[in-house]
Amino acid sequence: MNTIKSAVRAAIVLLLLALFAAACGSSDDGGDTAATGDTTDAVAETGGEAGGDEPDAPAVGFADEGCDVPTSITLVTYDSFVVSEGTLESFAADTCIEVTQVAAGDAGQLVSAAILTKDNPTADVMFGIDNTFLQRGLDAELFMPYESAMLSTVDDALQLDPENRVTPIDYSDVCVNYWIDQLPGDAPATLDDLIDPTNANSFVTMNPETSSPGFAFLLATITRYGDGWEDYWQSLVDNGVSVTAGWSDAYYGEYIAGGGERALVTSYASSPPAEVIFAEPAVDTAPSAVLFDSCFRQVEFAGILAGTEHPDEAQQLIDFMLSTTFQEDIPLNMFVYPANGDAELPEAFVEYGQLADNPATLSPQEIEANREAWTERWVEIVLG
Amino acid sequence: MKTIRSVAWAAVPAAFVAVFFGYPVATLLARGLGLDADRLIDVLTGSRFLKVIWFTTWQAALSTLLAGTLAIPLTWAIANRQFVGRRLARVLVTVPFVLPTVVVAGAFIGLMDRFSLDDGTIRLRHTVWAILLAHAFFNIAVFVRSVGGFWSQLDRRPEEAARTLGASPLQTFREVTLPRLRPSLIAAVSVVFLFTFTSFAIILLLGGPRRSSIETEIFRYAVTRSDISTAAALSIVQMVAVVALVVLNGWLQRRAAGRQGLVADRGVPAQTTRQRVRLSTALTGTFVVLGLPLAVLVERSFASGDGYSLANYRALGERARLLPISAADALVNSLAFAIVAAGIALIIGGMASLAIVHGTRWVSRVLDLGMLLPLGTSAVTLGFGVLISLDRGVLDLRSSWWIVPITQSLIAIPFVVRGVVPVLRAIDPAWREAAATLGASPSRVRREIDLRIGARALATGVGFAFAISLGEFGATSFVGRRSDLLTVPLAIQRLLSTPGDLLRGQAMALSVILMLVTAAVVFIGDRLHPKGGGLL
Repeated sequence: MNTIKSAVRAAIVLLLLALFAAACGSSDDGGDTAATGDTTDAVAETGGEAGGDEPDAPAVGFADEGCDVPTSITLVTYDSFVVSEGTLESFAADTCIEVTQVAAGDAGQLVSAAILTKDNPTADVMFGIDNTFLQRGLDAELFMPYESAMLSTVDDALQLDPENRVTPIDYSDVCVNYWIDQLPGDAPATLDDLIDPTNANSFVTMNPETSSPGFAFLLATITRYGDGWEDYWQSLVDNGVSVTAGWSDAYYGEYIAGGGERALVTSYASSPPAEVIFAEPAVDTAPSAVLFDSCFRQVEFAGILAGTEHPDEAQQLIDFMLSTTFQEDIPLNMFVYPANGDAELPEAFVEYGQLADNPATLSPQEIEANREAWTERWVEIVLG
Repeated sequence: MKTIRSVAWAAVPAAFVAVFFGYPVATLLARGLGLDADRLIDVLTGSRFLKVIWFTTWQAALSTLLAGTLAIPLTWAIANRQFVGRRLARVLVTVPFVLPTVVVAGAFIGLMDRFSLDDGTIRLRHTVWAILLAHAFFNIAVFVRSVGGFWSQLDRRPEEAARTLGASPLQTFREVTLPRLRPSLIAAVSVVFLFTFTSFAIILLLGGPRRSSIETEIFRYAVTRSDISTAAALSIVQMVAVVALVVLNGWLQRRAAGRQGLVADRGVPAQTTRQRVRLSTALTGTFVVLGLPLAVLVERSFASGDGYSLANYRALGERARLLPISAADALVNSLAFAIVAAGIALIIGGMASLAIVHGTRWVSRVLDLGMLLPLGTSAVTLGFGVLISLDRGVLDLRSSWWIVPITQSLIAIPFVVRGVVPVLRAIDPAWREAAATLGASPSRVRREIDLRIGARALATGVGFAFAISLGEFGATSFVGRRSDLLTVPLAIQRLLSTPGDLLRGQAMALSVILMLVTAAVVFIGDRLHPKGGGLL
C-alpha cells in the first residue's frame, strides 16, 4: 500500500506541477518582462488576461482606446531576432495590430521551412531572408509584392528586388576581422595579404556549407578574383588557413578573442563595436579592426508571405519596420545597420563601426544559380 | 483475450507515437520523395554517401564502446557498494547528459587548449577522438543509471555460489554476472548507439568540417540547400538503420537471460581496505573524467576581466540585450517543458513497457520498434514534418506551447522503455502466479508486483527524460516556437553567437545554472519512487 500511496502522491505532484507549468507557459506574455511602470504595462496585463483563454495568445499587449478587437498577425524570423521591449507594443498601440513573433532557427532554416510550408504558411510576415537566399525565396514564390512608401528613405543599392516582393530592412558586411596587437606582421590591407607568408597559420574561416558568414567570405573572394578564386583558396590552404563548421567555434575557438591563437577571422563589420560594448573590463578603443577589401555586403529583407489572411496589417508592419523607431532599435539588438538612411546610429557604432565603402556584391540570381557548384568546388579544394 | 488486452494497453502509446511522430515524418517523406524512387537510388549510390554512412556507423559503435568501458567502474560501484553519497553520485552522473552540445563542445575545446592538446604531437581538435570522447562523456550516464540500477537489483546468490565452487572473481564476472546483465546492457547499448548515430552538434563542432554524419548531411540538404528530396532519402536510410538495430537487439535479447532473482538492493558496504581502495578509485576516476570539462565551464563562468567574480551570474538576472526574454524566464520555460515532457514520458513509456512485456509477440515487437524509432530519426525530419502535417484543425499544434514538450518526450520515451523492460522481464512469473493464486486480480498483480519492482527503473527513466528535455536543442529549434518560449539551451547558443566576453561569460554562467537545476530535479525525482528498501 505504501508503494501505491507514494506513487499516487508523486503522480499528483507531477500533474499539479505540469498543469501549473502549462498555465504559466500558455499565458506567459511580454507583459511581465516590461520593467517600466507606465500604462503600457497595465494595459499589457489586461491584454494578456483577455487573450489567455487561447493557448496561442499573442505575446504583446494593446491599448484599449478605440481598439476593441485587435487584429493579430505573426512575424516569423530567425532565432537571433530581437527588438527592445516596448517597440512592438508601441506599434500595437498605434495601429491596433498585435504582433506575435515566432522563431524558426537560423536564416537557412527560416527560408527552407517557409518554402516547405508555402501552402499553409506559419506566419503573415517573414523577416530575415538575406541576399544569399533571396533568389531561392523569390523562385519559390513565397512573397506578395508590396511597395512601401518608406522605401524612399532606403538607398537604391539595397533594393535588390525591383518587383518589391521583399523590402530591405537592414544590412551589414561580412569581413575579415583582425586583432590589432596580435598580428604577426603589418595590418592587412587587401585579400592578398591573407596568402602572404607573414600571415601563415593566422587565419581561421568557416565552411560555406554550414556557415552563412563563411559563405559570404567565399562570395567575396569570388567577386574579387573572378575565375582565379580557386587558385586563391589553394594559396590560402597552403598558407595554413583553418576551417571550422560554424562562426562561434571560429571566433570563440581559434580566434584571439576566444583565447585561441589566430589573429584573423571571418566575422562581421559589427564585431569590433560589439567587442567594445560587451568588453569586460571596459575598453576605450576597439581591440579589433576590419579588412575592408574582404567585405561582402549582406542585406536582410522582410516580405509578406503569400497566402496571408491579413495583407493590410502585414503591409502596416512592413512600413513600421522601415520607420525610424524600429530602425534605430536594430543596431544594438542585432548588430547590423539600418536600411533607413534617416535613422540615427548609436554612438558605439559611429565611433567603432567600420563599414566598407566598396564592399563586394553579387546579384541574388548569380548566387543561387552557382551556390551548389561553388561550395562543392570549395570542399574539393579546401577539405579534399 | 490476452491479445485484446495487450492491444488495449498498447493502444495509447501507439496512438501517441503515430500521431506525433509517424504522421509528421510520413508526410515529410512523402513530400520529399513523391513516388520517385530514382531520387532515392541516386542518393544511395553516391560514393560520398557510402563514406558518410560508414563513418556514422563506426563512430557510433566506437563511442558506445568507449562510453560503456569508461562507465564500468562507476556502474560497478553504484550497483555493488553502499556508500555515503551513492544517491548523489547517481544524480551527478546525469549532469553531463543535460548540457547543450554546443556548450560541451566549447568545454572540450577549452580543455584541449588548457592541456595543449591542440598543437604539437597530440592533436585532438577536429579529430575523431574528440567526437568519441565527447560522446562517451554524454553517455556514461546511460550505462551507470540503467545498467547500474538493474545490476543493483540482481540477487547475489548465483555469484556467491560460483565463488564457493571455486571460480575466480574474473571468471565469476564473465560467466555469471555478465550473462545476467545482458538484457540491461543490450538495452543501454542500443539507446546509446542510436543517440550517437544521430548526433549532430558534436560531430559538427568537434569533428570539424571534414567529418559528416548522416544527420549533418540531412541538415545540409534540408536547410542549406532546401533540398527536401535528398534529405528525405537520407532520413529513410537512417530509419532503416534503426529498424535493423532493433531487430538485432530483439534477437540478442531473446537469447539473453530471462527471469532473474531480484532483490531490493544488492549493495553492501566496502569492508576491507582493498575494497575501499577499489571503491574510491572507481569513484574518483570517473568523476575526474566527467568533472574536468565541467570544471572548465565553471571556471569560465566566474571569469570576469582578469579575475573572478559573480558578474556573469548577476547579469543573467537582467534581460541580456540579445535575448527576447531574461535568462530566468528562459529557465522557467525550460522547466515547464521538462516537467510536461517527463510526465508524458512517464505515462506513455510506462504503458508501453507493460504492453511490451505482457503483450503478444507481435504487439511487443512492433511497439518496441515504434518507441525506439523517434530516437533514430533526424530532428530536421521530425521538425519539418511537424510544420507541414500538424497544421490544420484539431491538430494545429505547430505553433503551440505543447508541441515542444511533445517532441521532446518522443526522444525521452525510449530511455524509459529501455530501462523498465529488462527489469520487468526479469521478474519471475512464479511471483505473479503466486499472487494470482492468492486472489489478486490481474490489475492488482500488475500494480503490486510489476509497478513496485519496476518503479525504480521507471524513476530512473523519468529522470533521464527530464534531463533530456532540459538540454534538448535540436527538435526545439526545428519545430519553431514563439520567441517568448525561448529555452535555456537556445539562449546559451544565442549568447555564444555574438562577440563579447560578457556574453560568453553569461553563456557559461547559464550553463552552470542549468547543470545545478538538473542535478536538483533529478535528485528529487529519484526520491519520488516508493521505498522498496535500500534506495539507490
